[in-house]
Amino acid sequence: MTALVLDGGIALLTIGIAAWTIRAGDDFAAVVGFIAYGLVLTLAWTRLGAYDVALTEAAIGGGATGVILMRAGARVKPAPASRPSRLARIIVGALSAAVAAGLAAVVLLPPQPAPSLALDVREHLASTGLGNPIGGVLMAYRAADTFLETVVVLLALFGVWSLGRDAHWGGRPGPAPRPGIGGPLPLFARILVPAGIVIGIYIVWVGADAPGGKFQGATILAAMAILAGMAGLVAAPATSGRRLRWLLAAGPIVFVGIGLAGIPLAGAFLAYPPGFEKPLILVIEVALTVSLAAMLALIVAGPPERSP
Amino acid sequence: MSLAPFDAATLFGLMGAILVGLGLYGVVLLESFLRRLLAFNLLGGGVFILFGVVARRGAGAGFSGDPVPQALVITGIVVAFCATALAITLIERLGEEDGDDASGGGS
Repeated sequence: MTALVLDGGIALLTIGIAAWTIRAGDDFAAVVGFIAYGLVLTLAWTRLGAYDVALTEAAIGGGATGVILMRAGARVKPAPASRPSRLARIIVGALSAAVAAGLAAVVLLPPQPAPSLALDVREHLASTGLGNPIGGVLMAYRAADTFLETVVVLLALFGVWSLGRDAHWGGRPGPAPRPGIGGPLPLFARILVPAGIVIGIYIVWVGADAPGGKFQGATILAAMAILAGMAGLVAAPATSGRRLRWLLAAGPIVFVGIGLAGIPLAGAFLAYPPGFEKPLILVIEVALTVSLAAMLALIVAGPPERSP
Repeated sequence: MSLAPFDAATLFGLMGAILVGLGLYGVVLLESFLRRLLAFNLLGGGVFILFGVVARRGAGAGFSGDPVPQALVITGIVVAFCATALAITLIERLGEEDGDDASGGGS
């Protein structure tokens, strides 16, 4: 009963924040509302027992998306407010409510028994050498999804870079660093970044057997790079740098290399030869973590704004 | 077909349905691109939660939820982040171009 009251409170809070984000007076307030939405949604994920998803939502859905939105909220000029007519609001409101009601009906009248692949996942999990079933799905059963996902991240980075001005192609993202940033930020970064790097690596490592994984860990590592950049401890790299580009490509190259080697050795693309599952998955995870952390940090940093 | 028991999964399922409705309303009606993008992400959050409810109801074999939909949602959150980042950069650039036009060209 107490649990249901807690869950009800989280659900009402989430809906309230979502409605407030839609109705907020200006863009920046809406961005702040959306970041809060990501955090309460994380609570809902933990209440559903999906800790891996909760970590991802907190790190990427709330955190990384929030940072980019703050950047945009500060830069994008507020659009002139023009209220849609009352008729439009009533029609769209009714249709949206109908969609919500349809989904609610599906929730209230679920198929019996509930469809589930949990037994199949359990049956073969031991052969992957992993203890975390979600890690098993991401790295073995649905490895093709995970491979394409990393390519999507890389393509998004190319897209962001392509939106810079022609004169700045290959240059450094963000405004030029202000010399001698004072105050607490550099001190804060010096203390937090080493601890954050350890936590990020730990989240990747523990993801084999417990909630965690490369995406969550890479996001923490990317956040540390961004913090060090904001504090002026490291300079943003030139996006034309050869070493940087190899760093970005390393993860997908290792992944596709091992995947192609699976065709002669194990009989299928992205299949692992028996007995080598765990070491190969570890090699892919380490390479992907490094590349993903660089990709995510550079996506957040935005398009190049200065000449190289 | 029988009514689902009123547990945490059902409660959050209804929340997800309402979030999808709210997001849809915002995507169609809001004027500013940034606000539409936010509404689209609200909608996405609701869809992901519905996946989470499917996962929770498929709990079995000693897992607290069906791992397959959970893994799909993790992939989905990362892809949604990438699409959002690209869209935000597009909106920023669009704002710059409009600013240039107003001041009669520019860099």
